[in-house]
Amino acid sequence: MATKSLHKRESDLANSNRQLEILSNGIFQNGELPTFKNKIAESNQFPLKAKKLEILQINVGYMCNQVCDHCHVDAGPDRKEIMTRDTMRQCLEVIKNTGAHTLDLTGGAPEMNPDFRWFVEEAAKAGIKDFIVRSNLTIIRANKKYYDLPEFFKKHNVHVVSSMPHWTRGKTDKQRGDGVFDASIKALQVLNAVGYGMPESSLKLDLVYNPSGAFLPGDQATMEKDFKKALKEDFNIHFHNLFAITNLPISRFLDYLIASENYEDYMYALVEAYNPTAVANVMCTNTLSVSWDGYLYDCDFNQMLELPVNSKVKHISEYDESLLEGRNIVISQHCYGCTAGAGSSCQGSVA
Amino acid sequence: MQKTYYDPADLKKFGKISDWNQELGDKFFEYYGKVFEEGALTAREKSLIALAVAHTEQCPYCIDAYTKDGLQRGVTKEEMMEAIHVGAAIKGGATLVHGVQMMNKVNKLDG
Ligand code: SF4
Ligand code: SF4
Repeated sequence: MATKSLHKRESDLANSNRQLEILSNGIFQNGELPTFKNKIAESNQFPLKAKKLEILQINVGYMCNQVCDHCHVDAGPDRKEIMTRDTMRQCLEVIKNTGAHTLDLTGGAPEMNPDFRWFVEEAAKAGIKDFIVRSNLTIIRANKKYYDLPEFFKKHNVHVVSSMPHWTRGKTDKQRGDGVFDASIKALQVLNAVGYGMPESSLKLDLVYNPSGAFLPGDQATMEKDFKKALKEDFNIHFHNLFAITNLPISRFLDYLIASENYEDYMYALVEAYNPTAVANVMCTNTLSVSWDGYLYDCDFNQMLELPVNSKVKHISEYDESLLEGRNIVISQHCYGCTAGAGSSCQGSVA
Repeated sequence: MQKTYYDPADLKKFGKISDWNQELGDKFFEYYGKVFEEGALTAREKSLIALAVAHTEQCPYCIDAYTKDGLQRGVTKEEMMEAIHVGAAIKGGATLVHGVQMMNKVNKLDG
């Protein structure tokens, strides 16, 4: 298990151009597998176009207390990219006026941004219907200053979405690091104690499951049943929904795939599981992703690949929802991760 | 010349068996699909049974397929290994229980 980001290690793969090269060469260049563009063209879905905005996802920084093996952000304690209060102010202007029904804060560990609480307080005032914070759970137990986060989330009616790769210690710690399972269980218990995730509670607590290795997620509804049963029986923990998310072949997961000689098999598996009906609902069609420095992307993955939106509007300071609607989505072979099986998005299956 | 009897790439071609007999191939795959559906046993339980049988049959294609299938269903490696021991115990037991036949024969011929 690595303790440093690819950036800190100065790995070749910290370079997004290098990642894009890998995703375009080899099996995709020699025609063994079709490019994503050609594949969606088969069903007349090229170019992929943005529809009306529903979800505004803001990445407030790449710093994280964990260094998960599969992280598509390449997040970690050594990442210094953090959204400033000035950029947050620009985001708030947009949040007040957007037609989106969901605001989704992510990172890194968003809570590690020094202005995180201020931002949440201000953003909550805009009264967006669904206000999500993606919390990695262990942060809640990482330091005393975070112990009251469940209360803080509750006060602002935040919808908490947290990662949990498995209901057993072994599989969880393998992916996310030693001790992550125990800390996550404790955090879930604290969240339950303030009302999060309880059967009739309006305080929403959802879990994100993504596979711990080079395989695709199983059926979301079945996984949810298995997770619920195990967490309830073993720890008396409750949660609402489980989102099964496919690991996209970028950043640290791409590094892992290559190092473990699984890259080609994994790409084959994604292409074989390609589901044209998932294409219509991939998240870039209703989501916009804002980076820590205020630039706009079709999704968090494109942000990490440094593929900006194909629009005149490039930055949150010049935001114009009507101009962004209908833009062509920027795609590459990583997109196969969103269209495999039942499809995958930050809200789980899409088909 | 092909150097080995088994090629991992052949697993992906399984469906091609229908090319030379569409009707029976279709019937087989329909049956196969039905067998693994959620029923009185969960699809997860069936996957573990398939993994154990894959080992007793020593089918490398099935071992590949049902190990991956198990991982996708959240089956742990401990569960997989226990399932294989069930298969091994039955295999070993089936060998050994025939020892009674041998003993019967010895007792009859040389008792
Ligand atoms: S996957 Fe999430 S918790 Fe893990 S390092 Fe990345 S941002 Fe942090
Ligand atoms: S990776 Fe991003 S751009 Fe590609 S299909 Fe998925 S959401 Fe859309």
